[in-house]
Amino acid sequence: MENTLGFFLQHREAIFIVILSIFLGIEVISHVPAILHTPLMSGANAIHGVVIIGAIIVMGHADTTGSMILGFLAVVLGTLNVVGGFVVTDRMLEMFKKKK
Amino acid sequence: MDQLSQINNGISVLEIIYVIASVLFILGLKMLSHPLTARRGNILAAFGMLFAIIATILFHTKDGKPIGNIPWILIAIAIGTVIGWVIAKKVKMTAMPQLVSFFNGMGGAAAALISMIEFPNVSPELIAEQGIANGHVLAILLGLMIGTVSWAGSMIAYGKLDGWIGDMRIKAMKYINLTILFVLIGFIVFIMTRDVQTTSELTPLIYIMFAVAVIYGVLFVMPIGGADMPVVISLLNSFTGVAAAMGGFLYNNQAMLTGGILVGSAGTILTVLMCRAMNRSLLNVIVGVFGGGGSANVTVDGSVKEISLTDAAVLLSYSKKVVIVPGYGLAVAQAQHICHELDKLLEEKGVEVKYAIHPVAGRMPGHMNVLLAEADVPYEQLIESDEINPDLPNTDVLIVIGANDVVNPAAEDDPSSPIYGMPIIKARDAKNIIVMKRGMGKGYAAIENMLFFNDKTRMLFGDAKSTLQNLVNEVKSL
Repeated sequence: MENTLGFFLQHREAIFIVILSIFLGIEVISHVPAILHTPLMSGANAIHGVVIIGAIIVMGHADTTGSMILGFLAVVLGTLNVVGGFVVTDRMLEMFKKKK
Repeated sequence: MDQLSQINNGISVLEIIYVIASVLFILGLKMLSHPLTARRGNILAAFGMLFAIIATILFHTKDGKPIGNIPWILIAIAIGTVIGWVIAKKVKMTAMPQLVSFFNGMGGAAAALISMIEFPNVSPELIAEQGIANGHVLAILLGLMIGTVSWAGSMIAYGKLDGWIGDMRIKAMKYINLTILFVLIGFIVFIMTRDVQTTSELTPLIYIMFAVAVIYGVLFVMPIGGADMPVVISLLNSFTGVAAAMGGFLYNNQAMLTGGILVGSAGTILTVLMCRAMNRSLLNVIVGVFGGGGSANVTVDGSVKEISLTDAAVLLSYSKKVVIVPGYGLAVAQAQHICHELDKLLEEKGVEVKYAIHPVAGRMPGHMNVLLAEADVPYEQLIESDEINPDLPNTDVLIVIGANDVVNPAAEDDPSSPIYGMPIIKARDAKNIIVMKRGMGKGYAAIENMLFFNDKTRMLFGDAKSTLQNLVNEVKSL
């Protein structure tokens, strides 16, 4: 019990952010028309590419060859997620736009 | 005061930029959910990401200085950018869903790699102080598990949508999957209850856990097929979001935390919305057997009647109202442009032409809208199924092009059918129905479609593109 409470106290800021973000995510999405489901999924997909920041941090303090290689791979894959995600989403949305 | 003296400019700038990035993510996502602002929203979020990346490289050390290995980081980013850009620009619009799945998998893999690198690096001081059962280790293990499952699952989903992985269904699958899930959780509990001084002595366990998570990811997606695929991709998308958020815990990084959790929760809601569009529950999708053999006991009475191109052209040209129901078959044949040509031709003859778009037409909700938009079909002609259904009895001809399950009356008639209850386009209400199909094969959900045997239905067999081309020529020569 003490452990759990200690854990909570130690990470209270993060827990706070998590809870607020959950509600925010639900609120932001809830009235989306069906035609935007695919672009929205794709856009959200690009946003979780934020994992690349973790990859960069890992790479930044990597000191062994092993962690260098894995970190390098992580940065490449993370970038793929970010760049590919945003570009694909833009391509989808571009098509909707030229109609106007 | 002590704390204040530690604050320096680099760190402050970094944290401010993270706040800005988080705001841009939120705004971007919000704008993405409205048709008019969607494109700007996407670009906004991309800028948020760019700022966060640059700031991380420049300031992310304890004293706010640039981090190490910058040349290597830039090379890695350059490689990822070029590959990602080229793939994203080159891929055909029909292959969009599997591409989203592919990129999603990359994010999951990156999250898993981070955990693998960080696990042996957990500081012995932290373990001495709090034991191995601390938040840091938990975040690493969860990041590894969720990231890996998301990666493996996304790759399978990618393969399935691309058509080189088939469905695999074993009755006991859900028990097997449940068991593996418990094994994974068991691993986490086991690792976190060890009495060790450093995590490096447990590192081999991490690799075994990674392997088990790969197996789980594969088996999790393997039995799911048919129209449920986009739901799974959306679900895996939110998994990756959570995995990224674990990285946020790990580094106490607010941008990763907000970005990850935001996608995690928005992705979950999106998944639920998609399920609702198909009148299915999420649990049903995950453990259900959609697209399985279906009801084998359907007795087919009546026979399939064909129509000649000329007859079809005459029928269409002298109608008042025509409704086109496009499906994935239209998309794979790349026939959306020629289809639009047919509709323009008919409109010139005074025929009113509309498109009936089912929420899950194509391979993802909204996929068909993207494809038709690509072919310059105006927005106003695309009508959602709920709206067009009451109008169908007044429709002279309804043309089904490469669609199947979304017009299958079994969804209304046959409680034993796996698609029973799914909202459909009530094609049989129309006065005449023309179905364009490659052959008598079953749809993506592998269910017999009684619409094809309806008295009002005429079949036009052949590849959608060439059939439409021939039909256009016939209409022109009338």
